Amino acid sequence: MTSPALTAAPVSTAPAASSSTKRFALGIFDDEDTLLHAVDNVRAAGVKIYDVFSPYPVHGIDDALGIERSRLPIAAFFYGMCGLAFALWMQIYMLGFDWPMIIGGKPNIALPAFIPVSFELTVFFTCHGMVITFYTISKLYPRFKTPVLDVRSTDDKFVMAILLDEQSSQMPQLTQLLRENGASEVNQKEMTKF
Amino acid sequence: MQYVSPVREPLITSGKTYHDVTQDICYQVEAAPNIRWMGALGVALVLLGVFFYSVYRTLWFGIGEWGLNKTVGWAWDITNFVWWVGIGHAGTLISAVLLLFRQKWRSSINRAAEAMTIFAVICAAMFPVLHMGRPWLAFYVFPLQNTLGSLWANFNSPLLWDVFAISTYFTVSLVFWYTGLVPDFATIRDRAKGKIAKFSYSMLSMGWTGSAKHWSRYETVSLILAGVSTPLVLSVHTIVSMDFATSVVPGWHTTIFPPYFVAGAIFSGFAMVLTLMLITRVVFKLEDYITLEHIALMNKIMMVTGSIVGVAYITEFFIAWYSQVEYEQYAFINRATGPYWWAYLGMMSCNVLSPQFVWIRRIRYSITMTFILSIIVNIGMWFERFVIIVTSLHRDYLPSSWAMFSPTRIDVGVYVGTIGLFFTLFLLFAKFFPVINMAEVKTILKYTVNDGPTYGGANDGSRTPSRNTSPVPHATPGVPASAPVNYDKQND
Repeated sequence: MTSPALTAAPVSTAPAASSSTKRFALGIFDDEDTLLHAVDNVRAAGVKIYDVFSPYPVHGIDDALGIERSRLPIAAFFYGMCGLAFALWMQIYMLGFDWPMIIGGKPNIALPAFIPVSFELTVFFTCHGMVITFYTISKLYPRFKTPVLDVRSTDDKFVMAILLDEQSSQMPQLTQLLRENGASEVNQKEMTKF
Repeated sequence: MQYVSPVREPLITSGKTYHDVTQDICYQVEAAPNIRWMGALGVALVLLGVFFYSVYRTLWFGIGEWGLNKTVGWAWDITNFVWWVGIGHAGTLISAVLLLFRQKWRSSINRAAEAMTIFAVICAAMFPVLHMGRPWLAFYVFPLQNTLGSLWANFNSPLLWDVFAISTYFTVSLVFWYTGLVPDFATIRDRAKGKIAKFSYSMLSMGWTGSAKHWSRYETVSLILAGVSTPLVLSVHTIVSMDFATSVVPGWHTTIFPPYFVAGAIFSGFAMVLTLMLITRVVFKLEDYITLEHIALMNKIMMVTGSIVGVAYITEFFIAWYSQVEYEQYAFINRATGPYWWAYLGMMSCNVLSPQFVWIRRIRYSITMTFILSIIVNIGMWFERFVIIVTSLHRDYLPSSWAMFSPTRIDVGVYVGTIGLFFTLFLLFAKFFPVINMAEVKTILKYTVNDGPTYGGANDGSRTPSRNTSPVPHATPGVPASAPVNYDKQND
């Protein structure tokens, strides 16, 4: 299935229309199972997949695409520890050192009484730290207009995007390859901002 | 790969396709508001007016507008606070605990239940803030330096723990809910026709495209949020119960309070979820998504938690007798036979007896009976908090200080008003946001397909493209199976 034209794109000679314009071959799939097989076969054919867009999380696609396991849990643990440290420091410093008060004859640094606030702040930091990290590294932020390769990918279609060169010279082979692997349509799309 | 049993009942009925799910859920967002929704919003807005009037009276004239006195310093306000917080807990239970237990049926109800959590916590927060009397000084609850010196907040006080618990709970629930909403906002954005709709849903969807990498991270984030929300939800009502349990008031000073309050919270929360879902499924025609099976499952959870609450009531009574503490014994005798016997009777019959009817299969699967039971449980759980708070306070150690509590019109107004606030928020949510998590529902559509997935993981050697395993072929009227790009726009 591998063809040399796919792996080694011909050198471009024509001037670029716009440096920020990207061309994509879009394989549209109707079913996640077909898509997963297609991802394997397309990668086996030596084609680099730019991204896959799906209406819901497709289980197994991370492995198929070779996406590494997210390190967000490590970040979450780190944020949680920061929260715990901050909570303990805050309570011990405020009640133990800065303004010690005798409350009900208890010790100033009454650690058992500090458990609830420490726990809540651990959860607070874990959650918000992780979610802010998630939005930041995924570059998700409110936009006036969102560029989408195929609007059906948020509805019922699974879209495999493959980056093309400026002449889209791989398009015929890619069309055939995607069709062979169960794509219901193959489209070409140019995006100026993506 | 996960084994999919062929004998399972489908979670979503009528053999929906992915596109059907999008159409059905987006319909109420895109269509003009229907008359029933407008009517309901009208009623909710009237009650919201009652809320604003009552709050105005409370702030202008002070807490004296309420029926509180020197003996009963906490009454309807704290009753309502605990009631609302408790209602909120079912949303987190569905979105977090059931996610960890892989209860896939939760997908159809978790969005609305989480919304309920957030709105219920907003309503709950009104009461402690109003009870301060001077809400503009509410920032005193945070550990900020006093203007006269470095006098900090008291971290030994359960009331301060409450501040941290409720604010953490509210913000975490909000973030969890919003992150779940982002992919669905993207679906609405990509279907939107109007300029305002396109702009607003583009802003709300944060540029979500459904990229594989994003989905991978999204699932990680959901799992960890569920993991931290589970102990969080238990801690919140535990801390709420400590507001009472760490005091020395007879009837409050018991170690059973944390588990008893948590069970009660889930119990009342599921009752409220049932009330809301039964209305939502009819108004928005979501019978295929929220099926009788969902109702029966929620009924079962309600029955289990209701029974735990029943056992807790009896345990409290036993421990009061067993403790040999005269005051504790009197507090409980007074609850059952004192001047507030009717509240106690209401609590016992609504919370202990009524959920037991759910043992009968026909009642469990009956929409009418479930609706009635859910309302009864909501009333019963309100009485529970009233019984715990008012009957314990009104007669404690010193008989000369004994007093009775009766609510004023403003007490009733604030309470009924928060119900208006809750329903206003919920109705606006139901109109402008997708009430069912479309992305998650799409993952469970093929839950029962007999010739299930053929894909066995990356590089497993099975490289034959499989047939389309959709339960039914793409059959949405007016949309051809291989519709061109932007078909929704071309149909205009």
